Amino acid sequence: MAIAKVCGIETEYGIVVRGAESNPVAASSVLINAYVSGVIRKVGWDFEDEQPANDARGFSYETAFAPEIETQLVNAVLTNGARYYVDHAHPEISTPECVDALEIVRWDRAAEEIVRVSMDRARHLLNDGSEIVTYKNNSDGKGNSYGCHENYLMDRATPFGRIVAQITPHFVTRQVFCGAGKVGCEFPKTSNSSVPYQISQRADFFEEEVGLETTLKRPIVNTRDEPHCDPQKYRRLHVIVGDANMAEMSTYLKVGTTSIVLAMIEDDAVGADLALANPVNAIRQISHDPSLTRTVALRDGRRMTALEIQWALLERAQKYERSHGLVPVGEAVGADVLAKWETVLAGLESDRASVSHWVDWVAKQRLVDGFAERHDVQPGDARLKALDLQYHDLRADKGLAKRMNLATLVDDDDVRSAMTEPPTTTRAYFRGRCLQKWPNDIVAANWDSLVFDIGRDPLRRVPMMEPLRGTAEHVGQLIDECETASELLTRLGS
Amino acid sequence: MAERTQKQKPAPTRTDEVVTDGAPVSPQGEKLKAELDDLLDEIDEVLETNAEDFVKSYVQKGGE
Repeated sequence: MAIAKVCGIETEYGIVVRGAESNPVAASSVLINAYVSGVIRKVGWDFEDEQPANDARGFSYETAFAPEIETQLVNAVLTNGARYYVDHAHPEISTPECVDALEIVRWDRAAEEIVRVSMDRARHLLNDGSEIVTYKNNSDGKGNSYGCHENYLMDRATPFGRIVAQITPHFVTRQVFCGAGKVGCEFPKTSNSSVPYQISQRADFFEEEVGLETTLKRPIVNTRDEPHCDPQKYRRLHVIVGDANMAEMSTYLKVGTTSIVLAMIEDDAVGADLALANPVNAIRQISHDPSLTRTVALRDGRRMTALEIQWALLERAQKYERSHGLVPVGEAVGADVLAKWETVLAGLESDRASVSHWVDWVAKQRLVDGFAERHDVQPGDARLKALDLQYHDLRADKGLAKRMNLATLVDDDDVRSAMTEPPTTTRAYFRGRCLQKWPNDIVAANWDSLVFDIGRDPLRRVPMMEPLRGTAEHVGQLIDECETASELLTRLGS
Repeated sequence: MAERTQKQKPAPTRTDEVVTDGAPVSPQGEKLKAELDDLLDEIDEVLETNAEDFVKSYVQKGGE
């Protein structure tokens, strides 16, 4: 039976340093330290690390990477329940656990703002004319890719084989409304002139249908099995196939539609007939065809376009809403996702411009084509690739996406508050509130536990194995009433 | 509110046909074009001055 689709997004950001020599690991460390040194006493993920709040002396690329922590990269937990850390030479933020696609948009936007504040603070603290610039994209145009991963809570009882078989068509085709677009092509033996523009940043990098890898031979369905919660009851589906999105509606539909399809899979309501003959080829063929008219082969011999496959999934989802309801994805949010899913498919099919404020790849294509036409620029010109990259520039004054009048779902006040406040609806609430109230008593935080040091041995670990426990409803009043962490632990019975 | 019953979809043209982004004919299309023109007007102030250098120097380590 379908269970609540608690979800989260983790985004690896591209990073560049201007005006100084640096490596991306050091730069990422500087960026994150700039943020956390000004915000809270930093609580480490696996280790305790003191950060003097106002001491900017020695704040440099060299000292940010001090020898005593050379094997422990910067790793912080924030009061909104998010994790901010260095991963594979990129700064990365994992949103707190959210209950629906709308919360995801809000905390994903908050992550962007956190990175923006980090850039400003780093520039100020370094004070040497250098600048760290970050990009919310997935590809450097030179064969290197970095991810935007989604995570969805699922019922352990659902056979993994069914998940793989029935989510793959959606993973391969959903790019038509959540692809971020890319100038050029990185697939071996395919030139930029034959594919001057494509739908997805990531499609060129997928080589397998299913597998454990995330950095090479990337699989469409990732088998990582690290639930960070009760492993008897739950699975965390770790999704690596998506693009990072600048358009809120793209993020909303990406997570909203996927949550619905996964709930349907749990209730065995998708069916097996949409299986593709060769998903790895299909994901690339679809990406390389912005006209959206190319068909791909299904296992049963039919050929369908990506849009047709998406229409088939939507129709099943509409039927599923009538028979089962959409409580696992949020009834109201789920109904809204269904309505917008239909609108976006209809728009892509017959009036592309009508969805240019919803769909990143459409907005970017209009920008690139408009520029090329105005300045008589040929495909392959560096300025077009520069436009692509700068679409994802997170600087408020330079980023192009923010100038495209993209539709918003969350207002600025809600984004701002989400930088420091956790969702009220998941265990992120307990984590975030405790970090706000008792940062000096928490020595380590994980997704599934908090470790307190209340001044007497032993350290006290509070397990958080249920993603939907530790909400405002469960613990809000308790946390409000307790003055000390010690009191909290006593009342929790630890 | 979008229609939820079985939709009659126009049969899309297949494979070889290239869909071109034609000139806008609707008021909405006019508005979108004006919006894009405005953006392109101001974009030169914001764009990287040396596109070739910028693109060449944008290299990332592979991540997950």
